[in-house]
Amino acid sequence: MAPGRKVAVDAVFDSVSLGTTFKDELAKAGVIFCSISEAVREHPELVRKYLGTVVPVTDNYFATLNSAVFSDGSFVYIPPGVKCPMELSTYFRINAENTGQFERTLIICDRGAYVSYLEGCTAPKRDTHQLHAAVVEIVVLEDAEVKYSTVQNWYPGDEDGKGGIYNFVTKRADCREARAKVMWTQVETGSAITWKYPSCVLRGDDSSGEFYSIAITNNWQQADTGTKMIHLGKNTRSRIVSKGISAGHAQNTYRGLVSMHPKAKDSRNYTQCDSLLIGDRCGAHTVPYIEVRNASSRVEHEATTSKVDHDQLFYCRSRGMDEEEAVALVVNGFCREVLQALPMEFAMEAQALVAISLEGSVG
Amino acid sequence: MLEINDLHVKLEEEDKAILKGLTLSVKAGTVHAIMGPNGSGKSTLAYVLSGRGGYQVTGGSAMLEGQELLDMEPEERAAAGLFLAFQYPVEIPGVGNMTFLRTAVNAQRKARGEEELSSGDFLKAVRAKARELKIDAEMLKRPVYVGFSGGEKKRNEILQMTMLEPRMCILDETDSGLDVDAMKLVSEGVNALRDAGRAFLVITHYQRLLDHIQPDVVHIMAEGRIIKSGGPDLALEVEQNGYADLLAEEGQKA
Repeated sequence: MAPGRKVAVDAVFDSVSLGTTFKDELAKAGVIFCSISEAVREHPELVRKYLGTVVPVTDNYFATLNSAVFSDGSFVYIPPGVKCPMELSTYFRINAENTGQFERTLIICDRGAYVSYLEGCTAPKRDTHQLHAAVVEIVVLEDAEVKYSTVQNWYPGDEDGKGGIYNFVTKRADCREARAKVMWTQVETGSAITWKYPSCVLRGDDSSGEFYSIAITNNWQQADTGTKMIHLGKNTRSRIVSKGISAGHAQNTYRGLVSMHPKAKDSRNYTQCDSLLIGDRCGAHTVPYIEVRNASSRVEHEATTSKVDHDQLFYCRSRGMDEEEAVALVVNGFCREVLQALPMEFAMEAQALVAISLEGSVG
Repeated sequence: MLEINDLHVKLEEEDKAILKGLTLSVKAGTVHAIMGPNGSGKSTLAYVLSGRGGYQVTGGSAMLEGQELLDMEPEERAAAGLFLAFQYPVEIPGVGNMTFLRTAVNAQRKARGEEELSSGDFLKAVRAKARELKIDAEMLKRPVYVGFSGGEKKRNEILQMTMLEPRMCILDETDSGLDVDAMKLVSEGVNALRDAGRAFLVITHYQRLLDHIQPDVVHIMAEGRIIKSGGPDLALEVEQNGYADLLAEEGQKA
């Protein structure tokens, strides 16, 4: 973390929040950042009004499971017109064996407010699988903006695919009013299996959603990830940039939905999906669903699949980098657009993580 | 500095010999030029020395200051002081030119057990050297070779060479695609590096580069080996008469 930059942190271990830093300073700005159990006690009116309104209890199997058993998580409320004075961050860790983590995150960004929220995850090595079934709900009101960044580094299992986290997460943002903005950025390097589609419901007119993703799978990992952009309001915009990197025996799928509803007149989407393969035993798949129900909207989709180029690697090595360093450099270049969307200190961490996740993928 | 002895190389994929008993000795402080017709194996020699895949060494050796190059990984050869200025350097999208250079410099320093350069020191050094090669700040920021013109690529290769301070520099047709001004810049960059502890192997088709980078020894290569060596006059002779006479002479010997 860069020195001098303040980041308020809420740590959640095994679904229990350990407490939040910089609370007083945030309170001065009117920002509420606490565990969700505390929010239930201290701010019941907000929790009652918003919880479950973005991801209903019946949304999907894992969302239902989470809704039934969640014990804790993070809660954020930014009052009207307030630009949150620092970045907010939740750090999740699963320690216990044979367990699941079911945290719940609720973020409400009131009219004209702004917040940047970072989420980091780790888990120690275990031979058995653990389940992570989180739900994240974000409500964005008129003229408000939320940036949500994730670096997901759950234990991916060993070289033979033994152990690792099942990461089945439901994340959704509701741009409920006009000109609301949300930006999801994710760097997914961990977990044995990931199913995750951070989505944007673009309900308010002129609202916009962005999704930037890097998913790296190595050894026997599987990642099935992407986004849903649901255009309901007029003149709504969405942009999707997905970079999938696959090595070893891993399978990497981009699965996304862009839906233009009849009333979403003059809306636009741009999607770019790039896949990079390292070695000849891995797979990359792109499954874009596109539904357009009005004639004035425009949807663009571009996709590429390529292999790590031997000439590039040789060139790097002839300048003194070893093979792993060369792969990390080339892959980081491939991901550049998404890394640039991350907050500065997260971007450095993410770059290092790219290198670590691909260790042993060549040669 | 560089001692190549009876080097035999064939393509890995097919049974085709490219280098057939090449012997060459380059002493520290000297510049050797290699000229020869297309297909004589000049670029293969450069690639084999730097460790590119796709070739199989079937005999001979190549020693750099007493170390066998052919047993080393490409990055080990680089750390040992070998540098190849590529004829066609590759694009690496998304990787800033400066980031690349700094990663390379520090990788070599690390391999040699030296301390990594701080970003401040690195920036200072690279800016000063870039200026001499008329490489502006914008070009240092661009992704490696993406959208570079032929001349920009070659100047940038020389910038890398200047920053990496190798002891044995191989230039593979560095003059190809250069206009007169660019050739002058590139040659000045090379000449500035000439010193008693460094040697150059300049591979070229044309004598004109050798007007700017004056060689101590000129070798003519054909059919995978050196067929004639001499002073700078040999390059002029080739320029005037072509390779035909030399090849015929070689043919009679064989």
